[in-house]
Amino acid sequence: MSRIGAAIVLITVLAALIGPSLAPFDPSAQLLAQRLDGPSDVHWFGLDELGRDIFARVLAGARISLLVGVVVVSISSSVGTLLGSIAGYFGGPIDEAISRIIDILLAFPGLLLAIALVAVLGPSLANVVFALSLIGWVGYARLVRGQVLRAREFEFVQAARALGATTPRILAQHIIPTALPAVTVQATLGMGGAILAEAALSFLGLGVQPPTPSWGTMLNGGRTHLLDAPHLTIFPGLAIAALVLGFNFLGDGLRDALDPVTREKRVSSR
Amino acid sequence: MLRFLARRVALTIPVLLGVATLVFSLIHLIPGDPAQAMLGESAPPEDVAELRSRLGLDRPLLEQYGTFLRDAIRGDLGRSLRTSQPVTSAILERMPATIELAAAAMLVALGFAIPLGIAAAVWRGTSLDHAATTVSLLGISIPNFWLGPLLAIVFSIELGWLPVSGRGTWANLVLPAVSLGAALAAILARMTRATLLEELREPYVIAARARGASRVRAVVRHAFRNSLIPVITLIGLQFGAVLTGAVITETIFSWPGIGRLLIQSIGFRDYPLVQGCILLIAVTYVAMNLVTDLLYGLVDPRIRYE
Repeated sequence: MSRIGAAIVLITVLAALIGPSLAPFDPSAQLLAQRLDGPSDVHWFGLDELGRDIFARVLAGARISLLVGVVVVSISSSVGTLLGSIAGYFGGPIDEAISRIIDILLAFPGLLLAIALVAVLGPSLANVVFALSLIGWVGYARLVRGQVLRAREFEFVQAARALGATTPRILAQHIIPTALPAVTVQATLGMGGAILAEAALSFLGLGVQPPTPSWGTMLNGGRTHLLDAPHLTIFPGLAIAALVLGFNFLGDGLRDALDPVTREKRVSSR
Repeated sequence: MLRFLARRVALTIPVLLGVATLVFSLIHLIPGDPAQAMLGESAPPEDVAELRSRLGLDRPLLEQYGTFLRDAIRGDLGRSLRTSQPVTSAILERMPATIELAAAAMLVALGFAIPLGIAAAVWRGTSLDHAATTVSLLGISIPNFWLGPLLAIVFSIELGWLPVSGRGTWANLVLPAVSLGAALAAILARMTRATLLEELREPYVIAARARGASRVRAVVRHAFRNSLIPVITLIGLQFGAVLTGAVITETIFSWPGIGRLLIQSIGFRDYPLVQGCILLIAVTYVAMNLVTDLLYGLVDPRIRYE
């Protein structure tokens, strides 16, 4: 499964990097006379409501999705890892303060806070990234805090402390690396989550704004043409589902590979 | 038990206060003058000043915060800018529709997930198990804002079996409920399979098997009941995902619930209504988590003493 996931992700990354330059049509070029035409030999995924080539727009949309995923996951995992390790290592009032902020942010279900933030800040790609990062770091912080609470009691950490290593050095060189496998799994699954969230916000009209080709915006455009041109809905949705499935497969595979308990169970069940 | 209840309820109070604070601050995150943003750039200055005064935005921040908290506790969330209707009554009007949709989605999810998870665990490693695992991974990956329109294309447009939008009859409920419940079904099926497999390794199940119980009987009579505890917890924890999913599903199927009201209010920049919807959904979610925790403590006494 993880190989299939890796293949899907790799194909999408290649499509995002070189696809738009290989695509036979400009994603913004309009052929108004042929608007809403279905898939054909020339236009593989058909044309949208403004006569733009959907295949070219799906390729261009891959850039937006991956960009949002990479930026949101990078910011969330860095901030979450830093705050989680500070909370776990120092404990006391710092831990209390960070943990209460985490509790409050976790009191908002999934996308709701992102919807609320984008609603007041205004719909744009930058605001989507900001909103998703603001809610995204919480999961990493909670995960890393738990790992650090355990790791700070390890003998090698106590030895480093006894040898006079500074706190930043202990955190960076000895404690945070113990949490990295778990963070890597979370980040892989988080890529899928961020891509889905961006597409959902764009679908609701709160994310990337037209004419920028985003898969969610394309799905939103297809809503009014379900009856006469379902291909507007089918192909962007297929791209989202495939990429999210790819990251889920990859994340599941990484978790199995990096988690000794799962690995042991798998070996013993053979 | 009473101490556990009191402690758990007390822990919820600061979270609710934090939620209310965040919702209060939303209006102050609007770039520029919130009153101007609500009325639009071309609104006359006297209208903007009047709205600013009506919303209390001209008063000191701490006073605004105190008033917001006091009014929220009394159930007064202000008035809609567009219709002047009290926010609380606008939300209460839409609430039955959202509850109906969420309950139907939960039923759909349980109806699919439990048999699928049991089948996958009982016939582990077979093609049935692989098929069930693939279906649940697909369910998790397919977004409801794609599944909804796809279901509408097949069952409303192509086959003409079900209406594509609106509320009123059970037929209106089918597509939104399936669309909203699919992801939850996928997660629950995975969880049911995993917990059942854990239980099947327990000595009491092995003993039942040694006494001659078939695998199916060992699952149905012995392991299934115990495996339900984490599944129930997951249902409670996933309630938030159902509420957020409802925002999208209600928009797709024109379902007249709180989610659609929220998106419409964002479109009209009716921020008191936006704040009210967000606050209500978050508070419901916190309450559901509390109920789940309390139920879990009731079912598994070990939790109470931790």
